Amino acid sequence: MIEGVSGAISAFFSQRLVSILIESFPKMLLPGLKMTIPLTAISFSIALVIAVIAAMIQVAKIPVLRQLIRFYIWVVRGTPLLVQLYVVFYGLPNLGIVLEPFPTAVLVFSINEGAYCAETMRAAIESIPRGQMEAGVCVGMSWLQTMFHVVLPQAFRTAFPPLSNSLISMLKDTSLAANITVMEMFMVTQRIASRYYEHLALYIEVALIYLLFCTVLTRLQAVCEKKLATYGF
Amino acid sequence: MLTIHELCKSFDGLPVLNNVDLTVNKGDVIAIIGQSGGGKTTLLRCMNFLETADSGEMEFDGERFDLARISKRDIEKIRRKTAFVFQNYNLFRNKTALKNVMLGLTVARKMPKKQAEEIARAALAKVGLADKADSYPNALSGGQQQRVAIARALATEPEIIYFDEPTSALDPELTVEVLSVMRALAEEGMTMLVVTHEMNFARNVSTKVIFMENGSIVEAGPSAAVFENPREARTRAFLSLISQEERK
Repeated sequence: MIEGVSGAISAFFSQRLVSILIESFPKMLLPGLKMTIPLTAISFSIALVIAVIAAMIQVAKIPVLRQLIRFYIWVVRGTPLLVQLYVVFYGLPNLGIVLEPFPTAVLVFSINEGAYCAETMRAAIESIPRGQMEAGVCVGMSWLQTMFHVVLPQAFRTAFPPLSNSLISMLKDTSLAANITVMEMFMVTQRIASRYYEHLALYIEVALIYLLFCTVLTRLQAVCEKKLATYGF
Repeated sequence: MLTIHELCKSFDGLPVLNNVDLTVNKGDVIAIIGQSGGGKTTLLRCMNFLETADSGEMEFDGERFDLARISKRDIEKIRRKTAFVFQNYNLFRNKTALKNVMLGLTVARKMPKKQAEEIARAALAKVGLADKADSYPNALSGGQQQRVAIARALATEPEIIYFDEPTSALDPELTVEVLSVMRALAEEGMTMLVVTHEMNFARNVSTKVIFMENGSIVEAGPSAAVFENPREARTRAFLSLISQEERK
């Protein structure tokens, strides 16, 4: 039995396959570093800005704007990310709006992730005791000043684990950008796979590179959380 | 310096304050006493706009304001002349003691950092916590946190400090350290409006006492007069209840 399995494995990892795997590794890693990671980093940064603004508008209960934000979150969370990519990339040209693949991906990922993170931030802000804002305005700061110096830093601390979750999940979701011809890691893998016809091995290989990226992020999260814990709240 | 005229406030139709009149002169240390639920804290919160009064007027440094329709700008202006000490301290949890004291100077008043730090360190020294400047609130005891909160209030050189039951959340031995800081402030002539259950403070430190019940001021006068010789039957009833309790 064991001999059978090891026989199958050694038959599977023929010399040809091993050399394909080794050869394709840098070909996958490079677009990973040059596309997947920048796409994730840029989109997530913009998403965070959207999230903070959207959350503050909701917490401040600004009329009209607040309803617009609710509408935005409702639409974005209620439709698939892949469909959103298609609408912008393949749909908008019907209106004469033609965007390059990479900017399209950044736009869609930021708007999509922004909606989810907005809810995370709103919950985090609302979890900060009201007395923090009251104390801030009582020492003479404005609502906005207290928000930036006191409430948001504390809210980020609370929101950090769920935001890390979102970041990790977004890194993997960037593979969907292959559908709109962004030459990111998964797109490149698809091309290599169809050239050599070694789908199983090559898709597992790219999966392992995603896993590697996410492991780094998870480690970073742990280090940051340890640092944040020094406040002790 | 500060007068309140006919302040009314209700929560969901339930009246909490009825036509409250109040005058504060410079150097007054006024203790507001009375049973819980009498509207003492709400009065203080309305005076610093943490709650919006339904109606009433405020005169502060010769300027008149409609408490129900005051603008944000006027609120911020008045708040820069006042300070508030909370029952549960409300120190900024993400800032060290020093930064807690500095924030009202550097951010709200745009003071240069260096100058603000000097003032903040002096304020912390005044409440006996110079050595705790770099501690975060969670590393301080309740009494220490409240003293940092007092330093934060002092740093902005307010014309008046509102204290909302500043010792109610503290153990007896920690209450003493906070009260002694407050006593020192009173002796320096700081104008203070103190909602308190500490009868010793009301009797011995404050210059005036206001007794509130059911949202109205029942009796107000010099501390000695109110304690030794209360005019109103309800004040007498409250004070005798308290002194019985203290004798037990």
